[in-house]
Amino acid sequence: MSTAAKDPVRAASLLPLTLEQVCFRHGDQTLLQDINLSVSERGKTIVLGPNGAGKSLLMRLCHGLLDPSSGDIRWALDGRDAAPTIRRQQAMVFQRPVLLRRSALANVVHALALQGVARAERTARGEEALERFGLLPLAGRPARVMSGGEQQRLALARAWALRPEILFLDEPTSALDPSAVKAVEDAVLTFHAAGTRIVMTTHDLGQARRLADDVVFLCDGRLLEHTPAETFFRQPQSAEAAAFLRGDLVW
Amino acid sequence: MDENPLTQAFRLILELDPALVGIVSLSLKVSLSAVAVAAVLGLPLGALLALYRFRGRGAAVASLNALMGLPPVVAGLMIYLLLSRAGPLGSLGLLFTPTAMIIVQTLLVFPIIAALARQVIEDLWDEYREQLQSLGSGRLRAIPTLLWDARFSLVTGVLAGFGRASAEVGAVLIVGGNIDGVTRVMTTAIALETSRGNLALALGLGIVLMLLGLLINISIYVIGEQTKRRLG
Amino acid sequence: MRQRFWFRPPYAALAGGLLSLALLLAVATAPADPPFIVVASTTSTEQSGLFGHIAPRFTEATGVRVRVVAVGTGQAFAIARAGDADILLVHDPDGEAEFVAAGFGVERSPVMFNDFVILGPANDPAGIAGAQSAVEALQRIAAAQVPFASRGDDSGTHRAEQRLWAAADIDPAGRWYRELGSGMGPTMNTAAGMDAYVVADRATWLNFHNRQNLVILFQGDEVLFNRYGSVLINPERHPHLKHDLAIQWHEWLVSAPGQAAIASYEINGEPLFFPNAD
Repeated sequence: MSTAAKDPVRAASLLPLTLEQVCFRHGDQTLLQDINLSVSERGKTIVLGPNGAGKSLLMRLCHGLLDPSSGDIRWALDGRDAAPTIRRQQAMVFQRPVLLRRSALANVVHALALQGVARAERTARGEEALERFGLLPLAGRPARVMSGGEQQRLALARAWALRPEILFLDEPTSALDPSAVKAVEDAVLTFHAAGTRIVMTTHDLGQARRLADDVVFLCDGRLLEHTPAETFFRQPQSAEAAAFLRGDLVW
Repeated sequence: MDENPLTQAFRLILELDPALVGIVSLSLKVSLSAVAVAAVLGLPLGALLALYRFRGRGAAVASLNALMGLPPVVAGLMIYLLLSRAGPLGSLGLLFTPTAMIIVQTLLVFPIIAALARQVIEDLWDEYREQLQSLGSGRLRAIPTLLWDARFSLVTGVLAGFGRASAEVGAVLIVGGNIDGVTRVMTTAIALETSRGNLALALGLGIVLMLLGLLINISIYVIGEQTKRRLG
Repeated sequence: MRQRFWFRPPYAALAGGLLSLALLLAVATAPADPPFIVVASTTSTEQSGLFGHIAPRFTEATGVRVRVVAVGTGQAFAIARAGDADILLVHDPDGEAEFVAAGFGVERSPVMFNDFVILGPANDPAGIAGAQSAVEALQRIAAAQVPFASRGDDSGTHRAEQRLWAAADIDPAGRWYRELGSGMGPTMNTAAGMDAYVVADRATWLNFHNRQNLVILFQGDEVLFNRYGSVLINPERHPHLKHDLAIQWHEWLVSAPGQAAIASYEINGEPLFFPNAD
């Protein structure tokens, strides 16, 4: 079985990921302040917090779509030639998948081409990824005319084909109907089973309880808690997290 | 009694009069070549302007937009001075040839295509940027992806460019010379017939020109709509 | 460490390839032609249909094709000065003499003439039909202040019209005098539309179909004769031109067959040009 963990190409691990004193400012607003966080080699981290807490921003900083205003974001892998490897070994799934105006399979193949996968391998890897998420019958279907749930599954299949060591998911289910939500959660478990590190934001507390190994709680741009899920849901450390769990904080 | 000139125009069309066919096919060849060259140059340039921020970008965008209004006669004069024997490119001997007409029409069409491409690609980049960056695509590598995904919108700009190219008369008259059988196209033939007072024949030729434009636009529209419906 | 997005730029090369392909295509569309010369001439010769009549006869005799660039006389001189035409055929004897004197041309030969006519609305509000001379006709138009359409484009016809005004000692100005800046045909279209008088060459007039109220009101004065000359371009100034072929055309025009071809061009039984080679 081909899994991310067993990928022979992978020489060294990216993880753990370490954030030190990370700040992000936009204009004169500080949107994230003094974030210290370590993302270990294994597990499923769920990032929780009210709306505007900076969850999506934190994901984008970790994934490298944005640069921090100050502080350090460090991967275990380092050195002069590490940048392409770091980019190639992570993937992200967004709230609204951005799919290209071409077939489902061609979307996956395009991502593989960007990653530098040899032309001869792309189609086979793309089909394998589609099959894993039940999309192989739709391989020739234009991505833009698929349903919302199918599109998100395709985004997951695309990420799967890239064999990432770490997968970021930013509210992947908030625009989906319940049956599609279930499919995404199953997909997250599939990635996890293959050894992929999961970091995900959600504002569905039930989903968080179902999936989380550990929880990062953000409020107002600060990281207030990073604890095992069981601890977080039973005995939150901060007053804000307690209020959040009671539903007293506006999301 | 003389034949009604309008009837005459349609008789020439229906009989595929060789002179008329020559004029129509030269018109198509010149304008389609100009649009092709302008698209090959203008689409990537528009995309570069959309994706990159650099000193002087504002000025480049503004002048591109201003060039859309370049009067064909001025474009014709510029290319005439360039291609004239007394001009810098005179030794190429291109003046009064179809190539000169393609060059001048390219100059007219290029700003339309580039300016529209910039606008369309800029909007699309807003939508795609995070996803493409996440997949490891740099800006340069994103250009072909974006151009391909924006193809339906871009076709509109290319069609507008074809409209400008096939409709203009001032520029091709100056650099082509309206030479019978060599550089006479639909619009210069219409101007000549108007000069001769053959208003109805001129109008007949004009109708042919419009029908051709309509035909091309309809076919591309239909193909585009079908593909769009298929691809979403 | 900070992440950088990496990319490979294979598309730069691809775009370059496409570009050169397109340029090649554009250049390749220039047809490979049999021998030809470019004649810079006036709109009157082209619009009257004369070239369509005589050029095929020349081609038949010599195998050389004639490409006519028909523009105003002023522009024809400019094209010839720049070396963009192999030979001139215009109707401005003074301008032609100057062109030769300035060293741009080497030889001018008279080829043919036709005449100018004064056209106007059939009811002739200025009453020029009874004038004794062309000069008097223009004086009557100026006195009556009736609309007059002038080419205003520095063409041979425009220059001839200005010489007539000068001879009449009138500096035409005012709302009645309308400079159009157009060729002969468009000027007649406009004159017909606004019932204006206009000085036109007979050949273009005979070939003109949108006459409305326009008729010939005055003709026949010798000052209205319109002389066409062929001018050879100086090979020292423009060595790249096809002087051998141009000389063939120049000599054919004034030869017996060339002159006969000119004389045989008629519209409704009326000849348009009268050969007058020496």
